Amino acid sequence: MTELKKTPLFELHGELGARMVPFAGYEMPVQYALGVMQEHNWTREKAGLFDVSHMGQLLLSPKEGNVADVALALETLVPVDIAGLGQGRQRYGFFTNDKGGILDDLMIANRGDHLFVVVNAACKDADEAHLRAAIGDRVKVEVADRALLALQGPLAEEVFKRIVPEAAEMRFMDVIVAGSEFGELWISRSGYTGEDGYEISVANDQAAALTRALLAFDEVEAIGLGARDSLRLEAGLCLYGHDIDEGTTPIEASLLWAIQKARRSGGAREGGFKGSDVILGQIADGASRARVGLLPEGRAPMREGTPIFDSAEGGAQIGVVTSGAFGPTIGRPMSMGYVAKDFTSKGTTVWGEVRGKRLPAVIADLPFRPSQFKK
Amino acid sequence: MKYTEEHEWLRVEGDVVVVGITEHASEQLGDIVFVELPEEGTAVTKDEEVVVIESVKAASDILAPLDGEIVEVNDVLADNPSLVNDDPLGEGWFFKMKIEDLSALDELMDEAAYKAFVG
Repeated sequence: MTELKKTPLFELHGELGARMVPFAGYEMPVQYALGVMQEHNWTREKAGLFDVSHMGQLLLSPKEGNVADVALALETLVPVDIAGLGQGRQRYGFFTNDKGGILDDLMIANRGDHLFVVVNAACKDADEAHLRAAIGDRVKVEVADRALLALQGPLAEEVFKRIVPEAAEMRFMDVIVAGSEFGELWISRSGYTGEDGYEISVANDQAAALTRALLAFDEVEAIGLGARDSLRLEAGLCLYGHDIDEGTTPIEASLLWAIQKARRSGGAREGGFKGSDVILGQIADGASRARVGLLPEGRAPMREGTPIFDSAEGGAQIGVVTSGAFGPTIGRPMSMGYVAKDFTSKGTTVWGEVRGKRLPAVIADLPFRPSQFKK
Repeated sequence: MKYTEEHEWLRVEGDVVVVGITEHASEQLGDIVFVELPEEGTAVTKDEEVVVIESVKAASDILAPLDGEIVEVNDVLADNPSLVNDDPLGEGWFFKMKIEDLSALDELMDEAAYKAFVG
């Protein structure tokens, strides 16, 4: 077994009393002294600070030409309108494979003369290799070895503007580069909790100092991966490797909203990405299954792997849970999963088999809790 | 009070034994969000799964500490599972069981032995 990697905040996590667990090859904090439930609630009510330095940060710049050439090159791998992404703006997307499956999901930002992308920790080496192999002739691919923090919650703006005043002026999905007493910060107004907030890329040797400065504010607490998972699930957001993977297409995953019209049939740059025949076909004809929200009627959580049936006894398996947990803010268990197309309508009752018992659950809208982004 | 290696505590009250989990176990499990209790009147054998608890992290089974019959369960936990975190040795008890032979308790750990066991 290879040794686990550490983020620049590893020692600080220890000081803060974190319980550390292996995650995507890193030793990461799953919770701090508050515990998962209170950390979740703190983030919803105040401001939570997350170490997400395990995620991959990549810079894509043109070997010739300008950022538009990089955008067009990346559009061969990502079925998203990147050429139309304005300077200083960010967008969600995913790398697809030839079968229309999802290799990873990512955030893509246009920073004027290059693109900045943030990818999942578990996929980052494969993503980098994929980019070099597929578009390396046109695009310079560089890894930005920096720390990444997420400050999330309704008080994130109030807190962060004390360090970077101009951050208060940002809208949801804006990106800026700002000077600070902690060196140059790459800031986006985004996150993965359903809250307003920021993701902040900082030089490794400044990361602990910035973290300490943020934690010094009464409104801020350190939050672990445990609460990050329940926060993103309440927000209806996919976790790669669980809710989406190489065997799920964006259409099955109910991510059609992320494929802008320019890349769909009849659009200005229709298709031209890996698996476009499958994905555009599913946009036209529908997919045989879809990712949905599920609200169990009782208190028993239906966790990942729970099979879903069409009836309380007998019948057929029509789906499976891909993420499930208790939602502290909604005060009840919640799950996401895939069900066959005839069972995707809101309000449909299905049955999850938990410990040999079929328990009812209702198909529900995602997110489970409305997101609070800064328009 | 007696303890098992499964981090349960047992307290004799008259002719029944009250069973719950220790503070150590409740801390390790994290915030508990669901407790499924057995039916009253169920006969159980030692090490049989009798209670399911789900924390924010995962599901865990609680095993019957001894042979016996479940005579009462703590129904309050169905609506208020966090009692197991808040008061594991008191209001967070799981069930009461009747045991044929109370001398079976002698084989379990006492408090000093349990403290040594959890380190």
